[in-house]
Amino acid sequence: MKKLMIGNAAIARGAYEAGATVATAYPGTPSTEIVSNFAQYEGVYAEWSPNEKVAMEVGAGASIGGARTLVAMKHVGVNVAADPLYTFAYTGVNGGLVIVSGDDPGMHSSQNEQDNRGYGRFAKLPVLEPADSQEALDFTRMAFNLSEEYDTPVMLRVTTRLAHSQTMVEEGERTDLPLKDYEKNAAKYVMLPGHARMRHIEVEKRMLKLGEYAETTPLNSIEWGSKEVGIITSGVVYQYVKEVLPEVSVLKLGMTNPLPQNLIKSFAEQVDRLIIIEELEPVIEEQVKSWGIKVEGKELFSLLGEYSPEMIEAKLGQAKPVRSYGLDKEIPARPPLMCPGCPHRGVFHTLHKMKLAVMGDIGCYTLGALSPLDGMDACICMGASIGSAMGMEKARGEDFASKTVAVIGDSTFVHSGITALIDVVYNQGTSTVMILDNDTTAMTGHQEHPGTGMTIRQQATNKLDIEGLVKAVGVKNIRIVDPLNLVELEATLKEELNRREPSVIITKRPCVLLDKIPNTVKYYVDEELCKGCKLCLKVGCSGIYFIEEDKKAVMHASCVACGLCPQICTFDAIKKVEG
Amino acid sequence: MQSQTTDILIVGVGGQGTLLTSRIIAQVAVQLGYDVKVSEVHGMAQRGGSVVTQVRYGKKIYSPIIKKGEADVILAFEKIEAARWLDYLKADGMVIINNERVNPLPVMSGKAKYPEDIHEKVAALVEKTVVVDATDIAARCGNVKAANVVLVGILSQAIGLPVEEVEKAIRAIVPGKALEVNQEAFREGRKLLEQTV
Repeated sequence: MKKLMIGNAAIARGAYEAGATVATAYPGTPSTEIVSNFAQYEGVYAEWSPNEKVAMEVGAGASIGGARTLVAMKHVGVNVAADPLYTFAYTGVNGGLVIVSGDDPGMHSSQNEQDNRGYGRFAKLPVLEPADSQEALDFTRMAFNLSEEYDTPVMLRVTTRLAHSQTMVEEGERTDLPLKDYEKNAAKYVMLPGHARMRHIEVEKRMLKLGEYAETTPLNSIEWGSKEVGIITSGVVYQYVKEVLPEVSVLKLGMTNPLPQNLIKSFAEQVDRLIIIEELEPVIEEQVKSWGIKVEGKELFSLLGEYSPEMIEAKLGQAKPVRSYGLDKEIPARPPLMCPGCPHRGVFHTLHKMKLAVMGDIGCYTLGALSPLDGMDACICMGASIGSAMGMEKARGEDFASKTVAVIGDSTFVHSGITALIDVVYNQGTSTVMILDNDTTAMTGHQEHPGTGMTIRQQATNKLDIEGLVKAVGVKNIRIVDPLNLVELEATLKEELNRREPSVIITKRPCVLLDKIPNTVKYYVDEELCKGCKLCLKVGCSGIYFIEEDKKAVMHASCVACGLCPQICTFDAIKKVEG
Repeated sequence: MQSQTTDILIVGVGGQGTLLTSRIIAQVAVQLGYDVKVSEVHGMAQRGGSVVTQVRYGKKIYSPIIKKGEADVILAFEKIEAARWLDYLKADGMVIINNERVNPLPVMSGKAKYPEDIHEKVAALVEKTVVVDATDIAARCGNVKAANVVLVGILSQAIGLPVEEVEKAIRAIVPGKALEVNQEAFREGRKLLEQTV
């Protein structure tokens, strides 16, 4: 029986059906649900790795050890995993290995919109691109076969719209495969220059063979319509083309690296006008043009953002004029914000108040950059806060460093903050680093990590001692504070910023979505005492709002009584409901 | 089975439970034998941002996202979100607005005003506008969190989904302990539109 599945669940199902027994990942939107779904199956191993590089390395080891292995991450995670990935492309596999890259055109939840099909060409990997959940399942199964047949890791490239759309899926049976034999083979797996030179020859041979495979594989197919226009497309964009241009001929590429040169040439010869529609980079277009084929692409469609059916219709179809009510222009924007009771809110309120330069990092707390908190100066990528604070200090001196903090979450610190902290100590920086420990990987939906003491299957394991780790790298000044205690937080910051030595302040309080504050406490605003100064609004919390007509603040039903705004009100107007 | 496609846009604020509503509606469409696609929002926007979930069903569905000017129904969990997405509504489409105000950041920080009368503006522009107090109804049923299922009741009535199929889908999707409150919330929502239209 068919059922609805998001693309990510279908990928997990495909890996399970293909007989995969190992899956690794670091959570990252839009890829998170792949391995969390895989972990629900019996008789398989799944892990949240500390970061994508480790995920890739564990995956490589499992593959060399003979298991079919799934490795999943978001697009920028592939950057972290790139070092092992490029060389694993040389060694090839034993058990099949599929690496999923969750790309995010439109940056729904990301810091850039890089097109990871580029990795396919750069690292010499076959790349498959499914267009719905059924294909996500089927292509994942095929990818494992391809991986073993051509002795290569295979990249399955999906986008947010594929990963998080539910479409109908027919499940199949799992193929239980015996673990492949493992034999020591240093020439294949030890990448010394002498061995790697030999392996590079194999890589190039493999790419030629895969090019031949691409010509005939059912992954690439032509749907003939009118020959006036021929469209080459891949992934979810195929669905938009079918939606708005039902009459055209379509060459749908399920495999976008290597490309089927002859198939594309033959398609091009048979249509009057050839157009390539691909989100983000002209990966297909540039190759097709290099073969001397006349084609339109990026002169019609943007390099930026996510595509939509109406975008394609506007360029190539019969777009009906859409009436605009114009109301969307009248209303305020609604960017994401921290939840009521979020332990990060008090931190950014304090940093902003103290006028510090804040080198930020990736997580819910990146939202501390938005007004009214305005508590961040820079944020580049996972783990960048500590290194960039160190760089600021080396550029601008210790006085500037005494007004600079690095802010990083617990999961992000484990992911890639540790080595930068080692650098601070080793190269005699004086940075003050705040580790905002909320005991989870919150932004991606509360995944466990080494610091939570729980595995992906919610089984107890060793709990990484973050404080002990910080001490071990050589930081002498370590402070633990409650981020909801603003007086203590500010005093601690002042002390540590003034110290001409590295300091780490660990703020400890679990994510409010996990650790609900008991509903027994409630706050109200005393109308007599409230002077309408709006100071309480400076924390940017949806739990308190202001009524302009009355010039008074009022608590909102979403308040969880964290006790932050009462500490900010200078008139003591926010009071606990007694009893 | 109807031959044309039904397009439903469910909009709201991250954390309001739009996903559950879309999953119930989609499940009903599956039960009725339609091809179904649902586009969801995960990740950063779920933290209090403007979110949109799209449900499409019919004989054959290609795109998981709805074109502007094509939605049969916009179901808004929050007032200004109805206005934000209104251009997606088709000419004779219906807007269902939950009379709930959630201040966005620019309002909290005093940089913008919340347009209190926005649902009246929508009603003046769109003939088929229904404004409901789903949160109050859910509270009367025993849990404010069931507001999304009150809205399922209204929506399913608006697009003519059979009551027994929706109840079946709710039983399949809503966790056991919350089921009773949710079933009550669904029935109350269903009644509401019968009275309004």
